[in-house]
Amino acid sequence: MTSAQPAVVARDLSRTFGAFVAVDRVSFDVAPGEIFGFLGSNGAGKTTTIRMLCGLLAPSGGSATVLGFDVGREAAEIKRRIGYMSQRFSLYSDLTVEENLRFWGGAYGLFGREIAARTEWAIATAGIEGQRHTLVRELPGGFRQRLALVAALLHQPPIVFLDEPTGGVDPEARRRFWDLIDTLSGTGTTVFVTTHSMDEAERCHRVALMHAGRLLALDSVPALKSVFAAGAIVEVTCHHPVAAMAAIERLPGVEDVALFGDRLHVVLAHAPAEGVAAIVQELRGEAPVVTKVPPSLEDVFIHMIARAEGRAA
Amino acid sequence: MLRRTLAIAIKELLQLRRDLRTALTLLAMPVLLLFIYGYALSFDVQHIRLAVVDEDGGRAARDVKDAFLESGYFDLVAYGGDIRTLDHMFDAGSAQAALIVPPRYGDDLAAHRRTTLQFVLDGSDSQTATTILGYARQIVASVSPVVPGGARDGPVAGVPLVWYNPDMASARFLVPGLLAFIMMVTAVIATALAVVREKERGTMESLRATPLRAIELLGGKTLPYLLVSFVAASVSLLLAHLLFDVPVRGSLLWLALVMLLFLAVGLGWGIFISTLAETQQVAFQFGLLSAMLPTLLLSGFIFPISSMPSALQVITYAVPARYFLVALREIVLKGAGPEVWWNQALGLVAYGVVVLGLATFRTVRSL
Repeated sequence: MTSAQPAVVARDLSRTFGAFVAVDRVSFDVAPGEIFGFLGSNGAGKTTTIRMLCGLLAPSGGSATVLGFDVGREAAEIKRRIGYMSQRFSLYSDLTVEENLRFWGGAYGLFGREIAARTEWAIATAGIEGQRHTLVRELPGGFRQRLALVAALLHQPPIVFLDEPTGGVDPEARRRFWDLIDTLSGTGTTVFVTTHSMDEAERCHRVALMHAGRLLALDSVPALKSVFAAGAIVEVTCHHPVAAMAAIERLPGVEDVALFGDRLHVVLAHAPAEGVAAIVQELRGEAPVVTKVPPSLEDVFIHMIARAEGRAA
Repeated sequence: MLRRTLAIAIKELLQLRRDLRTALTLLAMPVLLLFIYGYALSFDVQHIRLAVVDEDGGRAARDVKDAFLESGYFDLVAYGGDIRTLDHMFDAGSAQAALIVPPRYGDDLAAHRRTTLQFVLDGSDSQTATTILGYARQIVASVSPVVPGGARDGPVAGVPLVWYNPDMASARFLVPGLLAFIMMVTAVIATALAVVREKERGTMESLRATPLRAIELLGGKTLPYLLVSFVAASVSLLLAHLLFDVPVRGSLLWLALVMLLFLAVGLGWGIFISTLAETQQVAFQFGLLSAMLPTLLLSGFIFPISSMPSALQVITYAVPARYFLVALREIVLKGAGPEVWWNQALGLVAYGVVVLGLATFRTVRSL
């Protein structure tokens, strides 16, 4: 395969479970060496998509290729060439770090000497030298997740699929995990990662926004945020944010309003000056504080969902 | 192909080494079962409470009484001359059997006249009564003098002649069945959890994303347990030989081959269950039941297949222990070679191919 060829090509990829449409005509390309983020809430269809791409689940419609192989017909070829870290913790907790790595090397069909060499590489890369004879169940969560990642890389696959890899670990462990992903990408490995964390999505080269089985948007993070270039986002703090939401929504020039914890994010269609004045006027009894904020990925995501649902309604 | 199978096999052994409970179940449970059932499960009847009513009072009568006691099956609970005491003893349960020696027994015997010993039995447990009657016949026959002119002149005619198990010790008949039972249960339990455990822990999903093929996965999961359960079965057989006098008359090589075939079928059945079940609990319960009941009831272990209704006899062909048990008894009790039991071995091979084929099919669909 040439480096110009996309690592993943999906065209109208769909999957239904009975009447439920888990993935609805999704199309995208992933470039080699790219960190490609799949962002969406639970049930958005991220895991179903990743399982189809890994050859674990047959598509109901459309098509997809991974490294040039068809996911439906050539699943065996794909499995030989990819790494996959499933959403559930996937190592044997009753084996040691080294035993796990040796086993997974064997399962990928490596030779004895290769296994030894790749095991050393994996232990060094994950930064768990002192733990090689520790049972995996006794490892801290962050170590386990790095171990699961390197275990999926033992056979040096050109692409690795990570399904919500950093669930339930602390921010420091999460940062180390993402440093590892950056290193991988730097050496040319394509990383396809699903997440529902906006922070993690910010570290991807391109992000696909998934909602209810559909792809709402796909672009680099700055490009996604430029959807608000013509208008602005303002943050509103007041006494009764839930009640204020309905009032603000009715104001002219307001595209949508979303609750962020105890404050409101308001998307304005135009330059903020008039909009802010209107909000302050509307909420005068509430002592509102209105500030312009830079758009976050979450703003983009909520805005896209609102737009998609508005269209559907 | 071999590398990946080996990787799975090594992993299974490493996990087994850390899982003391399972390892003990596989290695110690067979021996424990052999002890418990070997001693408890017996058709032999001993310590039969015998009352002797001696209306003769002579030496010949005492000889008959002594013959009964020396047989080892009977304990003397009463010895007297009054037949009227018997009613009460049977009612109270203090006697199970009574031997009545008629008056002039010794004189008739000496004069070569026909005479009759009366043997009274509590028939409320017909199985036990039949067994006791068998003992009594043999003992009486042994004291009945051989008279020139025909054996029929003795007090009891017809001497049973028993082959292979001359004293009809039920252990020799039952213990091979017990071995089959123990092997089937441990083999099925060994693998019943093997695949479903991976499903429950979430490791199956990762295995599925590797180039591992169904046959490699199942082979790698079966082979280590074949080794472990073969060791356990051999120890059980050795113990059966030492404790229950089960002879091993045939070739050890053939014996090992037939045992391996049977274990492979049991392991295959276990792994098939494992591919069907969604939880370890379901797999364990179904595995245990499906291994125990048919082997106990329909293999010829306790109840002879030939005396079953014909519909049941057909069902017994689906019980793997049925084939093994015939071959095992032929080999250990009679020393028979493959020319006698080859069709049983073939039955096991066919059975193994079918269950492992079904398991592979199930796994391919989920892989």
